[in-house]
Amino acid sequence: MTALTTASDSWEELRTTAMLGTDRRPLPELSGSPALTGAAHSVDRTDAATALLELAALETVRRRAGAVAAEADALPEPAAPDPRRELPEAAARRLAVLVGGRGSAGMVANLGELLPQWLATARERDYRAPAALVPALLDAARARSELRPDAVALAGPLGRWLAERNPDWRFVTRTAVEPGTENSTVPTGPGGTTDPGGTTDPGERLWQEGLFAERVTHLTRLRRSDPAAALDLLRSTWSTERAEDRLLFLDSLQEGLSPLDEPFLEAALSDRSKNVRATAAELLSTLPRSALAARMAERARAAVRLARPAAGTDGLRLAISPPAECDAAMQRDGIPPKSPTGRGQRAWWFGEIIAAAPLDLWTSDVGRTPEELLRLPVVDADPGDIDPGAIEGSDATEKGVNYPAQVGSWAEDLREGWARAAVRQHNADWARALLGPVPQPGRAGAAAGAPAKLLAVLPAAERAAWTASFIESHGLGEAFQLLGACATPWTPPLSTAVVAALERAARSGAYPWSHSGVLGMTERALAPETAPAVEALASGTAPDSTWADTFNRLAATLRFREAMLAELTA
Amino acid sequence: MHPPTDNGRRLDDRVSVRRARLSVARPSVVGMEERWSTEHVLSLAPDQASCKAAGKLSAPAPWSQTGWGQGALWGQCRGSGSTPYRTVVELTTPAYKCTCPSRKFPCKHALGLLLLWSGSPEAVAEAAEPPEWAAEWLNGRQQRSEQAVQRRTAKAEAADPAAALRRADRRAARVAAGAQELRLRLADRVRHGLADHTAATGGWGEVAARMVDAQAPGLASRVRELDDTPQQGLLAEYALLHLLAGAYGRVEQLPDPLAATVRARVGFTTETAELLAGPTVRDRWLVLGTRDTSDERLTTRRLWLRGAKTGRPALLLAFGRPGQAPDLALPTGRLLEAELAFHPGVRPLRAVLGTRYGAPETGPAEAPAGLSVTEAVAEYGAAVADDPWLESWPTTLSGVVPVLGSDGWQLTDGRHGVPVRRGSAPESALWRLAAVSAGHPVTLFGEYGHAGFAPVTAWGHDHRPTGVAQ
Repeated sequence: MTALTTASDSWEELRTTAMLGTDRRPLPELSGSPALTGAAHSVDRTDAATALLELAALETVRRRAGAVAAEADALPEPAAPDPRRELPEAAARRLAVLVGGRGSAGMVANLGELLPQWLATARERDYRAPAALVPALLDAARARSELRPDAVALAGPLGRWLAERNPDWRFVTRTAVEPGTENSTVPTGPGGTTDPGGTTDPGERLWQEGLFAERVTHLTRLRRSDPAAALDLLRSTWSTERAEDRLLFLDSLQEGLSPLDEPFLEAALSDRSKNVRATAAELLSTLPRSALAARMAERARAAVRLARPAAGTDGLRLAISPPAECDAAMQRDGIPPKSPTGRGQRAWWFGEIIAAAPLDLWTSDVGRTPEELLRLPVVDADPGDIDPGAIEGSDATEKGVNYPAQVGSWAEDLREGWARAAVRQHNADWARALLGPVPQPGRAGAAAGAPAKLLAVLPAAERAAWTASFIESHGLGEAFQLLGACATPWTPPLSTAVVAALERAARSGAYPWSHSGVLGMTERALAPETAPAVEALASGTAPDSTWADTFNRLAATLRFREAMLAELTA
Repeated sequence: MHPPTDNGRRLDDRVSVRRARLSVARPSVVGMEERWSTEHVLSLAPDQASCKAAGKLSAPAPWSQTGWGQGALWGQCRGSGSTPYRTVVELTTPAYKCTCPSRKFPCKHALGLLLLWSGSPEAVAEAAEPPEWAAEWLNGRQQRSEQAVQRRTAKAEAADPAAALRRADRRAARVAAGAQELRLRLADRVRHGLADHTAATGGWGEVAARMVDAQAPGLASRVRELDDTPQQGLLAEYALLHLLAGAYGRVEQLPDPLAATVRARVGFTTETAELLAGPTVRDRWLVLGTRDTSDERLTTRRLWLRGAKTGRPALLLAFGRPGQAPDLALPTGRLLEAELAFHPGVRPLRAVLGTRYGAPETGPAEAPAGLSVTEAVAEYGAAVADDPWLESWPTTLSGVVPVLGSDGWQLTDGRHGVPVRRGSAPESALWRLAAVSAGHPVTLFGEYGHAGFAPVTAWGHDHRPTGVAQ
């Protein structure tokens, strides 16, 4: 009841009498204003039950008509202002459609696939989400964690304000928002409650008392704004953290890694946990000037030598002498003594060394480009010395016990090690050289390592060009990971190559669902300019065939995406 | 839009003749439209599946020959078959026509076309004339609705007044007997005590059935609800039913407006045609909000209006069968120039829509004027003093902040507060209200009564309406 009743006793009396029955309890008298008591007196009391109902009617109407508003508590603290631009009206409508609008559950089928792109674009353009749509946006992000960074950024201060009040949206405080549009990165206290005293730094308090996910988020955010402060924060509690937590905290140092982190990482090489040690070593190996990188360079120099041409032979070659053992220093530097892959031990140690050694070592020591180095023949420095691991290991056949096969595989190991180093050190020159031109179809790929990983190191345009050329010669069958490594939306040449490959696939009588992975990606990533070409394909395909449906849907999706992105540009 | 064949020209002539006649009846039908919001379009959908299906058709790709103007929207949608579907929407009512076989109404094509039109202005251009296939239906529709009005009027005139009076007398006597029986039943229960009402005497279903027989459906539904009323509120419901049944017993002695209220609450209805034949109120009606409720048999849409000149509140009801949206939809925040006929009563509120003068036009840019919390409570108090059976009264609150406390949601201005009526809006809608407010005061339209405030529409700092009823 909102009402403050002045005569609530009368009502309770009436209620009790009604509950027990007028047969068992006498009629109560009403108290209150003279008008009410006057009216009550004029009620006919011949029948007690009827009289009680009359009195109750009087009292009910009196209570309803005479109610006054209750006193209220103080107003809450409002959400912080969001100075970002308001979305254009059409874009706001689009968002309403994409998140299902009107608070109704679920996504509009297959348009949900476009939501990530919409969110990323809107965020990039520095818009804020319309207030009325923020709850639906947070609900969508709650169901799909991949949407969270963008959704939380778009929701901005209002999203955090709401999350403090609704436990369903607690993830907001645990979501790391990448650098960019969000203005305030100061999180609230653990559990979404603000520090009542306001004396401690909320971030510090969160780090000391928060849930693990909240702490990781806080560390990640801090690392982005102030890498040294994040390192100090981690160092302050490092010795008391659990091993699995240490591992994940260490991972968050990957962003903004610099020589300043080296002493800490170097110390972590002596950590109690093997995984922490390995992660620290991997991080150090991506710092080419680190002491670990220098030690690895030393080991690499010992394992690979440039052999001058002896008389009667032709040209330079790389002579491999893999380490004979994995000594304590190597183990401390993160090289596991036992090969986890079942490969020969020495080949395994060798690969680990090459992958962790700075790539500059090769070009500066030898004075040759990566392409030139990759062309050099690789020989075993000591042909008599057969890899002991290859003999002991049960999978000896894989490596080949025969001497000539051994030589070929050293070249492979070296390439593979370089490929891993190129990925780890983000070295585009090496990645380009290792990828080489697109291999001819039917031949085993010449590229070492996973091409998709190497591709990821290259600039976006180069990635797209390489993938386009791959698809032109190989089709879509093996292109899934390569396409995944390309920036979206795809460049027009890459998009054209994909559409042409789809056309070939349709004509060859393949089923669309055998390409469903690529098709799903295509809906999200194909350049909108390709829409007319896809529409032409749709009308050129036998109507009612699955391919026609596929192309029609693709064309519709492209048009939708085009309109959706155009609205955000307006 | 179509080649000027002889056939086409003849049709065009017919179109312009018809339109000339039209423009007499509806002076402002041309050029009043504005594109609807997506939310409004989606509110027309009969169900969630239709929303999804329409979303897929809201891209330009499947559409051709689209256009809008003259209060209509049209387009051809390519489906799986060889002939495209032809879809026409008459925007004023709105009404829909599509050549697809769907039984949903409006179908996904009509909704998809509306979404395309509302979301992508470049995809649907304004056109001077609808194409032949669209104009044909639009004109046919206009003719049919005019004929219907004539039929209605004719029917009202043709009725035999003497026979009608006899029927009315018979019914009045029957209802009076039912009301008297109800009073006895209620008193009986109170005599034995409400505490053992379920144990000793069973539920109220049988009495409700007696009220149906007595042709008092209003009493019947109130009686039926007694079984679901928590014990806390039971005595008040008994008392108000007793009061209503007693009031009907002496309805002839009551002043006319109160007698009308009593008759309406007991279950007498007044025909729309009869109401429209009586006095009407012409005003520019601001659409304050809408709420749909549905059970398995019926979707009920409530539309609340307020007269810009008269300041009068009005409530329109529209109904739809399952799978069909209610036939009336007015966008919140728009102004509709129209005549309304009110059901009589002490507090006239429910009304029927008579002649409209054009499509809804853009409303004021700011939130409607409202009351403070204390004023709103006093306003309901005054209303319930007039009509004791009034559960709530349409109310616009100004400067209130929604706050979630341990006792549920409150609307407060910092000094006084009213609770949000439990169950009156889903949690998701209340969070939307909280988001629109962001801790700042909002203007809120809804229904306020003794059980609290049922929110319908909120205006935040940008003065744009947001639906918060569902």
